Amino acid sequence: MTNAERDGGAAELKFRDPARARGLVEALVRRTAEIGRAPISVMHVCGSHEQAIAKFGLRSLFPKGLNVIMGPGCPVCITDTPEVDEGVVLARQGIRIATYGDMVRVPGTVMSLADARGAGAKIHVIYSAMQAVELARSTTDEVVFFATGFETTAVATAAVVLGGLPRNLSILSAHKYIPPVMEIVAEMPDTRVEGFLAAGHAATITGSAVFEPFVARHGRPVVVAGFEPLDILAGLVKLLELIRDRAPAVVNMFPRCVTRDGNRAAQQQLWKVFQPMGGRWRGIAHVPNGNLRLRDEYAAIDARRRHVIDLASLWDYAPPALAQSCICGNIMSGLASPTDCKLFGQECTPESPVGACMVSTEGACRIWHQYGGHPDLGGGA
Amino acid sequence: MMHRGPVDDRLGIKYGAGGRAMRALIERVCLAGLGPSPVEGIGLSAMDDGAAIRVGDRWLVITTDSHVVHPIVFPGGDIGRLAVAGTVNDLAMMGATEPLALTCALVIEEGFARADLEAVYASIRAACEEAGATIVTGDTKVMGRGELDGIILNTAGVAFCDRVVPDSGLQPGDAIILTGTAGDHGMAIMAARHKLALEGDLRSDVAPINGLVRAALAAGGQAVVAMKDPTRGGVSSALHEMAEKGHVGIVVEEAAVRVRREVRAACDLLGIDPLLVANEGKALIGVRAGSADRVLAAVRAHPLGAEASIVARCIGEHAGAVILDTGFGRRMLAEPEGELLPRIC
Amino acid sequence: MCLGVPGRVLEVSGNVATVDFWGVRRQVQLDVIDEPVAPGDYILNHVGFAIRRIPESEIAETLALYEQIIAQAEQDDLMAGDVRSEIAASGGGDRDER
Repeated sequence: MTNAERDGGAAELKFRDPARARGLVEALVRRTAEIGRAPISVMHVCGSHEQAIAKFGLRSLFPKGLNVIMGPGCPVCITDTPEVDEGVVLARQGIRIATYGDMVRVPGTVMSLADARGAGAKIHVIYSAMQAVELARSTTDEVVFFATGFETTAVATAAVVLGGLPRNLSILSAHKYIPPVMEIVAEMPDTRVEGFLAAGHAATITGSAVFEPFVARHGRPVVVAGFEPLDILAGLVKLLELIRDRAPAVVNMFPRCVTRDGNRAAQQQLWKVFQPMGGRWRGIAHVPNGNLRLRDEYAAIDARRRHVIDLASLWDYAPPALAQSCICGNIMSGLASPTDCKLFGQECTPESPVGACMVSTEGACRIWHQYGGHPDLGGGA
Repeated sequence: MMHRGPVDDRLGIKYGAGGRAMRALIERVCLAGLGPSPVEGIGLSAMDDGAAIRVGDRWLVITTDSHVVHPIVFPGGDIGRLAVAGTVNDLAMMGATEPLALTCALVIEEGFARADLEAVYASIRAACEEAGATIVTGDTKVMGRGELDGIILNTAGVAFCDRVVPDSGLQPGDAIILTGTAGDHGMAIMAARHKLALEGDLRSDVAPINGLVRAALAAGGQAVVAMKDPTRGGVSSALHEMAEKGHVGIVVEEAAVRVRREVRAACDLLGIDPLLVANEGKALIGVRAGSADRVLAAVRAHPLGAEASIVARCIGEHAGAVILDTGFGRRMLAEPEGELLPRIC
Repeated sequence: MCLGVPGRVLEVSGNVATVDFWGVRRQVQLDVIDEPVAPGDYILNHVGFAIRRIPESEIAETLALYEQIIAQAEQDDLMAGDVRSEIAASGGGDRDER
């Protein structure tokens, strides 16, 4: 089987070449040594970056002096319990819920959508927002599209809204917006994060310019990186160079998809339909402008305004005090490790996660819990 | 045997998914409830693909399965073919490649179409012929509309064999052969079930592979030390069980695992790892290193084994863990969490 | 964020493209892309919507950029060549502490 057959498109786009990867790893080792202090902590804010790092085993290649932290970049994991509860309440009212696969097992206060399905609710897993429209057309039942994901995914929801929805379809928006949470992490006292790897696909929409005010304000470099192994390694090398040279700048290392201005057409549609509002992210407390909600002009198709969502009906128990003990925020800023958390492995486990770091299959706490930290699988450099 | 996690009060869908939750359920509810059930041979507590009971100087191997797949007809097969192949293959995984007899019990929902049932039985017959198996008895029930989803088949199989191959027999140094491409069945089912509108030849690999296993055993003899079929939970789940029961670490060479390009493309699009996806016509065969090439050649010579390759080796460290060498670096291979779902992030 | 997968456009009909993902094909919506696409173009697909046309020239340029990073790093350290062959000789999978 040739490489092209094995790796399909990615090999065709040549960004999975192990030989070049080795070269980039050496560059990474060198840059880490040049900076001369350890550990150097950098953060990426994208679940897909962590998935890619995990999938290709890149962590076992990172030099020991480099700490690549998974930030709050998994949009589903940081969807807070009340938002999940909204979906669950609607599901239990008999409304058909269309949602992405990622969302189905995320725990709410009492149960997840998967648990609700086990109790008879109609949950439909979709791959594309268009399928929510198709579902609504195929039934007379009320349908709610429980829309999750960051701005990249919100664009698809906006397009579908602007295309006109069937009468029986409304949108429950749990979309999130990433740039504000980078501010929060950068502003945490004692944060050790010295640079950020920004998500290439979100930047495809927003453009790399969106990070320029952030860099000016916080003096920390941002590198926009893609998701193939070479993209991630090269992005990290560039980030370390900027840290070494104390050059806070935005550098676009993903020019095949990202431009400075981004996709204007998509941005227009996004901001026509959505407005940023403050909200709580699981494990991170309040993020100003971190949530994307439907504008008032779209009240008619806003599930929160069309349907009565009585969360108290779910809360026979007091809302969990556990959430207050969760230190995901500190873990994501590199200030603490999972074993510093008193809930870790006790009240907070993969089967019953409290914070985002345990919900995500690639979250720091989940990985620690499953594998006892990052086992040395072949020696770090 | 160490097992994980408490079992919830309400049993969600993950408990049938073939992974850790299911094993916890079996251990804590089923085994605990049944009490010690000693048998001369391999019994319930081994949680192997089947049971093996000493009868005279031979082993009687028994297995049972219930089949609830949806949709009941899918590219590459249907529930009937799945039922026969599943049972024949479980027997084969224990080393019993000549099925003596199968049973087939049927539960259908009121209103089920006769023509659909005839098609299922035609598939059952064809699969039995392929495997050299015979259905000798069964049962039939009809439940009210809405009381079950279409149809459930339960099959049991019995066979004699002279040597039982457990799934616990691995030792450091052993090689593990995967008899073909990974992920075919699960991706075909997922694409059909969630109406993902993917065009391309995604089809199940469902097939009885007792002939293939017979060839492997003929070539390897006592050097074939462990076998398991990677059904629900994929290659990952099966290897985790083999690693745990054998107290070995397993290192998988990702590049050696063959994946059809259609399956690879669908997995990339949906964010799914083919190693976590179910297979219904494949086996993982653990072989002492010195005989691995000979067994591999025998498997490849069989029509159903043309894409076989050595995909993993056993080590003494990291006992119970499955490590993936990606070609870039190494990582731990996780077990799937319940049913596989497409993801966007 | 998230799962963006490149594909090649096979045909375009209104605001829907049929895209080849090297093994499977799927319809992809063109509602949010900011330039016209034609058969043969590469696009980046996210949840069934094309969010970007990937210009082929950028691919070659990016690879060249990565080569430059590698070369730059090698220049800084004369021992690079020896280290590289050590790694190659040991099978590529081991990373020794330097």
